[in-house]
Formats: sequence, C-alpha cells, structure tokens
Amino acid sequence: MASETHEAAGQMAEHGAEAAGMPQLDFATFPNQIFWLLVTLVVIYLVLSRVVLPRVGSVLSERQGTITNDLAAAEELKQQAVEAEKAYNKALADARAEAQKIAAEAKAEIQAELDIAISKADAEIAAKSAEAEAAIAEIRKGSVESVKKVAADTAKEIVATMGIKADAKSVAAAVAARMKG
Amino acid sequence: MSAEAQSEGMQFHPMKQFTVEPLFGGDTIHWYTPTNVTLWMALAVLAIIGLLVLGTRKRAIVPSRTQSVAELAYGFVHSMVEDVAGKEALKYFPYIMTLFIFIVFSNFLGLIPMSFSTTSHIAVTVVLALLVFVSVTLLGFYLHGIKFLGLFWVSSAPLALRPVLAVIEIISYFVRPVSHSIRLAGNVMAGHAVIEVFATFAGAILIAPLAMVGIVAMFGMDVLVAFIQAYVFTILTCVYLKDALHPSH
Repeated sequence: MASETHEAAGQMAEHGAEAAGMPQLDFATFPNQIFWLLVTLVVIYLVLSRVVLPRVGSVLSERQGTITNDLAAAEELKQQAVEAEKAYNKALADARAEAQKIAAEAKAEIQAELDIAISKADAEIAAKSAEAEAAIAEIRKGSVESVKKVAADTAKEIVATMGIKADAKSVAAAVAARMKG
Repeated sequence: MSAEAQSEGMQFHPMKQFTVEPLFGGDTIHWYTPTNVTLWMALAVLAIIGLLVLGTRKRAIVPSRTQSVAELAYGFVHSMVEDVAGKEALKYFPYIMTLFIFIVFSNFLGLIPMSFSTTSHIAVTVVLALLVFVSVTLLGFYLHGIKFLGLFWVSSAPLALRPVLAVIEIISYFVRPVSHSIRLAGNVMAGHAVIEVFATFAGAILIAPLAMVGIVAMFGMDVLVAFIQAYVFTILTCVYLKDALHPSH
C-alpha cells in the first residue's frame, strides 16, 4: 500500500511537480509563508536598524578613533624617546669631557704637589747630606788631632825611655813634620 | 527516480522535508496559522538577536568572539554595498543587511538535520526578490524620473542597434527577479533533496558506506552553498541598486 501511494506521488512528481510532489508549488501555503516572511523581515529590520547597526557602527568608529589616537600617541612617544636619546648622548659627551677635564686637573694638581714634595725632599736630602759631611769632616779633624796627640805622646815616651830629655815643642814639631810626609 | 525506488524497494521522499505544516495540528493553513515556517523564521530571528544584539552587548573596544563575528558580518555587507553600489547606496545598507542576515541565517538553520529550510521555498524567495525589484525600480524612477529609462537605451551602441538592445535589456530587466529568486530556492532545495536521497540509499546495507560519504560530501557543499547563495543574492541586490542610482551606461 505504501508503495502504491509512493508510486502515485512519484508519478505526480514526474507529471510536472504538483502540490504533493513539490511542496514549494503548493499555493495554498503561500499566504502563510508570505505573511510570516514579512513579519520576520520587519522584525529583523527593526532590530538591525534600531539596535545593531548603530551600535556596531559606533563601536567600529570608536575603535578606529582609539587606534588613531594610540598611533598618534605612539608617534609622540617615539619622538620623545628620540629626544631623550639625544639628550642622553649629549649628557654622556658632556660628562666624558668633564671627566677628562677633572682628570687633567687632578693630574696637574698631583704633579704640582709631587714636584713640591720632590723639591722639598731634595732640599731635605741636601741638608742632611751637608750635615753628615760636616759631621764626617769634624770627625776626621778630631781624629787627626787625636792621632797627632797620641803620636807626640808616644814619641815623647819613647824618647824618655831612651834616656834623652826632649822638650815637648821639638817632639811635636818632629811629629808634625813626619805626618806631613 | 521512482523506477530506481521500485527496483530497490525503497521509499524516496526527498521533497517531504519541504512540506509546510501547522505547528499545533489541524489541516487547514490560513495565512495566520503558526506553521513550521513560523517556527524556523522565529528561530532565525532569535539566532540573529543572539549574535548581533547579545554578542555586541558589551560594545568592547577589544571585541569578544561573538562580537567579532557580528562586526565581521557588518563589515562584510557594509563594504559590499559601498564597493558595488557606491557611497550613496549606504543609505540603503540596513535593508540590504536585513536581506543578507535573514538569508544566511535561514540557510544555515536549514542545514540542521530534521530542520525546515524557509529559503527553499519559492514563495519566500520570490517575495524577497520582488521586494528588491519593486523597490529598486521605484527608487530609480523617484531619483531620475523618466531618465531612468536610459538604463534600457544603450547610448554607446550604434543607433540602429539601440531599439533591439532596448528590447533585450527590458526582457533581461524583467527576468531579474525570476533568476534572483529561483537561484536561491533552487540551490537550497536541490542540496537538501540530494542529501535526502543519499540518506535513503544509506538504508541499503550494500551501498550504505558510499551513501554516507555522499551525505558528508553533499553536506560540505551545502555549507558552501548556504553562504554563497546568501552572498550572491546580496551582491545582486547591490548591483540592481547601483542601476537605480546610476542608470546611465
């Protein structure tokens, strides 16, 4: 039975798609479909034009504005960064020059101090060596005197031992003559 | 088809899915009766509200996923109208957006198994196409008066050819709503009917694997068709609108 009805439907479809074959051509449903379609379209149109399109449009333009602003801000920041780098480089160069200047000054100062200290030390050394020389000369002089005296005393003793009376003056003269030789 | 059906002993009802029936029983379909058409159109409206209204609720500068999709749809149609029909056509952007969103949602809802495709019905697509045709024609006459008829008078052609061309242009102008509507309904209907046929073949054990592969392939193609047909309908609307705004060749 089912195949019979099916056959009938198939034949109907073959014979130019009547209502049973093609529901699309069932004109009885047209008013219904058209009515609900129009209702749907009106609802969608109202939703879109009242809510969605203004909202999405404003969101998109707002985003565009934000992006433009951000780009401008980024450009400005980049400019600032470049300026800051320039300032930094300048400061660095200044600092380097200053440091060189300070180093040179310090060097000169130290050199001056060093020179003063050296000359002072030289003077001190010269004084000390002069003093020492004087001391040495004195010692030498003292030693010569004492040798003269010892020699005179010794010679007098020797002469006395030999039994000869000699006066001190002639002994001293003889010693002095010998020492010169 | 029926010969095959008899030889296989199968029941083919590829068109049964398109039947319009009352939602709450009964046989008679008045113009106001809530039918499956009503149901699936209402679902389309709900889906549209879900994506475009709820999805954009936060108005975020950095959009969420749904808001991105809503913005994508907006940008897609907006740039289409602007590119095809020009800047002055943006006044009519809400109407074109309505058409596109309705068709694309109906097509994709129709892809749900056991659902009902409202756009597979000529009654629906013919109304859509006629709305475009009538409003575009009226707009053309409203904006340009009698000069709108210059659309049919190809002034760049030799004088002798112009009457012949005018006849052809007029015929092609009046064929527009026909092709506009049949293209959409035909594509949707054919895709769904073929899936149904494959599904019936899947009942036979021998060719079931092949039929299932066929269903998957057809479904993939129908997904493409669902979008492409909405796109084609919308872009043709833009082209017709452009003719109304700038009728001279």
